[in-house]
Amino acid sequence: MTKPMHTTLEVPVAAGDEESYSLRMGPQHPATHGVLRVDLELDGETILDCTPRVGYLHRGFDKLAEHRTYAQGLILTDRLDYVGAMANNVGYCVAVEKLLGIDVPLRAKYIRTMVSEMSRICGHLLWLATHALDIGAMTVFLYCFREREVLLELFEELCGARLTFSYPRIGGVRQDVTHSFIRRLTEFANTFPGWIEDYETLIDTNRIWLKRTRGVGVISGEDALDLGITGPSLRGSGIKYDVRKARPYDAYSLVDFEVPVGRDGDIYARYRCRMEEMRQSARIILQCIDQLPPGPIVGDDAPDLVMPLHGHPKKEADASRWGTGLIRLLQDRSLFPRGEVYVSVEAPKGELGFYFISDGSGRPYRMHIRSPSFIHIGALPFMTRGAMIADLIAIIGTLDVVLGECDR
Amino acid sequence: MHVLVLLIQILVLFAVVMLHVAYATYFERKIIGHMQVRMGPMRVGWHGLLQPIADGIKSFFKEDVVPEQADRPIFLAAPVICLVAMLTSLAVLPFAPGWVLADINIGLIFILAMSSLSSYGVILAGWASNSKYTFLGGLRSMAQVISYEIAMGLSLVGVMMLSGTLNLSEIVQAQGTSFTGMYVFPQIIAFFVFCVAMLAETNRVPFDLPEAETELVSGYATEYSGMRYAMFFMAEYIGMMVMSAIGTICFLGGWNGPFTVPGVPFFWFVLKIYVFLFVFIWIRATLPRYRYDQLMELGWKLLIPLALANIALTGIVKAVIG
Repeated sequence: MTKPMHTTLEVPVAAGDEESYSLRMGPQHPATHGVLRVDLELDGETILDCTPRVGYLHRGFDKLAEHRTYAQGLILTDRLDYVGAMANNVGYCVAVEKLLGIDVPLRAKYIRTMVSEMSRICGHLLWLATHALDIGAMTVFLYCFREREVLLELFEELCGARLTFSYPRIGGVRQDVTHSFIRRLTEFANTFPGWIEDYETLIDTNRIWLKRTRGVGVISGEDALDLGITGPSLRGSGIKYDVRKARPYDAYSLVDFEVPVGRDGDIYARYRCRMEEMRQSARIILQCIDQLPPGPIVGDDAPDLVMPLHGHPKKEADASRWGTGLIRLLQDRSLFPRGEVYVSVEAPKGELGFYFISDGSGRPYRMHIRSPSFIHIGALPFMTRGAMIADLIAIIGTLDVVLGECDR
Repeated sequence: MHVLVLLIQILVLFAVVMLHVAYATYFERKIIGHMQVRMGPMRVGWHGLLQPIADGIKSFFKEDVVPEQADRPIFLAAPVICLVAMLTSLAVLPFAPGWVLADINIGLIFILAMSSLSSYGVILAGWASNSKYTFLGGLRSMAQVISYEIAMGLSLVGVMMLSGTLNLSEIVQAQGTSFTGMYVFPQIIAFFVFCVAMLAETNRVPFDLPEAETELVSGYATEYSGMRYAMFFMAEYIGMMVMSAIGTICFLGGWNGPFTVPGVPFFWFVLKIYVFLFVFIWIRATLPRYRYDQLMELGWKLLIPLALANIALTGIVKAVIG
């Protein structure tokens, strides 16, 4: 057993012998970001107790992956955090590559870094849009969607999909970038910081926004670590932990960027962190474009889309399509190395981890996804005690949860 | 004969106001749309001009759902109370010299009373729906109306002191026809308090807590559907117009303008109301929403002391000068 949680928050009790008022918010509530249900105990508008109920969007990805080859499992990750799916794809691929011991060509690494950052901007824009809408600032919502549209069109040009990309592949990426894509992305990355200033002029100096966000939903760095909060939500509390710096993957060790850190651990600090992160993302994208080396986009020993599950190839003709799997079989080794692997990446929401147990077959024996949204929802009761209903909405927004990722 | 004329006048006013309500929703959607780099309604009619008519027909033919657990008579009556109270307050508004249905000598008080009465509708709706969101919405509305009613009433006391009357026509006449005669200059503090309280009275952003969509789904109106739901919105828009009219009459010189428009005596009055309505919509597109306790704090700790100070100041200045 671990030691019990100690939080710095005081738990209020209902005054006198008054009964508390229970309210079930969600799963069909306009502000619970999908299908989150929160059972509230209220004293007036003050929250005495808050119990999040998750699982309305459970699709059993961990289990489904056991019945798919590693290449087929990729599409499941599209449906995790669907607002920034590229980062999930990348995380999955990095994990499988580590299991297989595949080297990814440098060009593919840069492209992946680039699309991960695009995905981060996408995710943060959607976060800002819905967060502002929850607090009541409607116009920011549409401004963010305007810029997000540009990114989605870029994704569409890159891989044909706007939401579920499956663009990174085990060992590289699916298609090379085009000149027009690079040109449009450069233009976007150059103009985007100016747009961030647009949002900031709308809300950053707004007294009501400051009143609603400063000193609300405060969580200390220690508590945040205890609760397993990662990503911008942790950095808002002053802990400088970023997987991109701590355990660099893809081309993150080759580009220069800052990790913004907040101080107060309130909603405003997390908001500032994410705004700065978007600026840094634009910076990373520009560096990736500058440094993009020529070369192949898929590793030589990367498995093809079609992989054998067990045993030997039936026909010699099939063999050419089987890539690494075949090479390993020909060398009389098991298809995949046996063992376990855990790899995490910095997704827009936080640390997204993939854990595989391989039994040597072409399918994972067990896949587990460490989804930041799930862990962040776990922090909700600690952050909302003594707050008001309006704060709860703002706190759900600031934790940036996506239920597709939480429920898996 | 006199009654017949009055009835016709009432009907005309009613029709004009209802048309304004319908097109206020249209312009709200259009203006906010353009502020948010989108088009707003475009499909029904040219640039969506028939959208309000379509909305009206739609809500008229929708089923009027009454929840099983609701307090039926009160549930059915609540939106009517809102609408009727708001429509009644139109009677005392002077649109132009002599253009007033009921030229009573307590016009200002009457409007404040009616606006308080309409909040009964909101509270009863919240209570009678027997739903948790509507209940919270009703409670919020109650607290909000009580706090801001005081601030608004106190802010208008300065105007009463200067004009020495409660009759709305006489308040306009007391300001004279000159630009500098407008009470907005001597009563600038009161005007500020009035403008903030006006937003809160009509449940508009940033004080739209009783119907805060992202918190309480739709607040007091959650369980309503069809025409009764529409009635709340009609009441809200008429409320906006009445409040704009009060602002125009008490602070901006009513129907007086820099020059008289021949044949249209109410030109300046209506124009000033439109400006107010535009500001309402502009604010909605810009500001986030207050939290419940912050709203109370603003009302009790800032607006009411300001309004009281204004009364004292007005009294002192009046005693010294005149």
